[in-house]
Amino acid sequence: MKLLAALAATVAFSGAAQAADPPGSIYHLDAALTNQAGRPIGLDVYRGHPVVVTMFYASCPAACPLLIDTIRAVERSLDPKTASGLRVLMVSVDPERDTPTALIELAKARRIDLSRWTLATADEATVRKVAALLSIQYRRLPSGEFNHSSVVTVLSRDGEIVRQSSLIGRVDPEIVTALK
Amino acid sequence: MKPHAAAKFARAALAGALLAAALPALAVDIPAGRFRSVLPPAQGVKEVTVAAFQLDRTPVTNAEFARFLRERPEWRRDRVARVFADQGYLKHWRTHEAPGAALSRQPVVQVSWFAASAYCESRGARLPTWYEWEYAAAASETRRDGRDDPAWKQRILAWYSRPASASLPEVGGTPANAYGIQDLHGVVWEWIEDLGAMMISGDNREQGDPDIMKFCGAGALTMEEKDNYATLMRVAMLSSMQASYTAATMGFRCATDGARPPAGSRK
Repeated sequence: MKLLAALAATVAFSGAAQAADPPGSIYHLDAALTNQAGRPIGLDVYRGHPVVVTMFYASCPAACPLLIDTIRAVERSLDPKTASGLRVLMVSVDPERDTPTALIELAKARRIDLSRWTLATADEATVRKVAALLSIQYRRLPSGEFNHSSVVTVLSRDGEIVRQSSLIGRVDPEIVTALK
Repeated sequence: MKPHAAAKFARAALAGALLAAALPALAVDIPAGRFRSVLPPAQGVKEVTVAAFQLDRTPVTNAEFARFLRERPEWRRDRVARVFADQGYLKHWRTHEAPGAALSRQPVVQVSWFAASAYCESRGARLPTWYEWEYAAAASETRRDGRDDPAWKQRILAWYSRPASASLPEVGGTPANAYGIQDLHGVVWEWIEDLGAMMISGDNREQGDPDIMKFCGAGALTMEEKDNYATLMRVAMLSSMQASYTAATMGFRCATDGARPPAGSRK
């Protein structure tokens, strides 16, 4: 319990909004996330970089693999310098099943570059807030599966929403423009 | 009544009064149960199971919200990050800190989902889920599910046709329902925790033909129990709200999991 409290305190600190954040920055949310390595991170883990952020769940059969493919296609359509500066944050809507172990397995299976991508999980209340900031709808079905809207969001270096797209399966030119 | 029973009763009444004064809003135990929601959880699943929970007897008032702002000034209207609340946030209050005496017993409105969530969390609580809210609100004054009582339904509908310009009533003015909860109908709309779970499709043709590109899973919900207009209006209202939005008729109350903890362990 002491360790957990200490962890929580660390997250609260690292996730805290900085005074310079614009009023519309989603980095104002003090969100305690855990990454695929089991380390505590904030929503602002990639502060200072343009970020593509989306929500998913690891056992999702259809749209979520496509989400990963779509973000990769966006990366490929950027010039190498822009692409190398881009970061990707995927937050799970399924805290129960998407443990760090499940996330690292997904990362391995999909050969995700963890030097630039982060798969994260959080408690239910935090997931609700992150989803609310990103206007992502989701609900748990009686089967334990999830139903969620697939939205890709581009964040500025200080966490403002620059562009959002529901176009999945191919590259949305507006997302690419927003990243240039 | 025998003397010792009377003394016991008086003690209990006193304890109850003290508790009521200490708590922001007295929470009421709602037992677990099953009911038919206007939003069936999945195709072919008619009934929803709700676990035992506690729900505030009345909506959170302006005075209670002002007290919260003293502890958490970052939620004042002059300090809140715009990402958490739109321009209308608490704009009807007299000052940044206080609503003005006339409003103190009225339900707090012009609050965003983020602010409402933060308030409940400061009390160790949360917003109720949609199913919890709907389950509690299905109760009439005499029955836990009064939704097949035409007279009760009519009374509820009468509120929804009242002009929006009328000033808000104070909390606790409507009759308690079978659980002892007040004001679920007839006062304000109320935020729910799982706001983003109301993926409503008003179009039956989308049933069984989910747009898997948009929704990963079994597609949008379709509304049932179509004669339940009052509840369906709530659903329509809530599903049109973003979490940073505020509205002149949107308030909230808080909930907690499970049965009541022993007295003294509450904040």
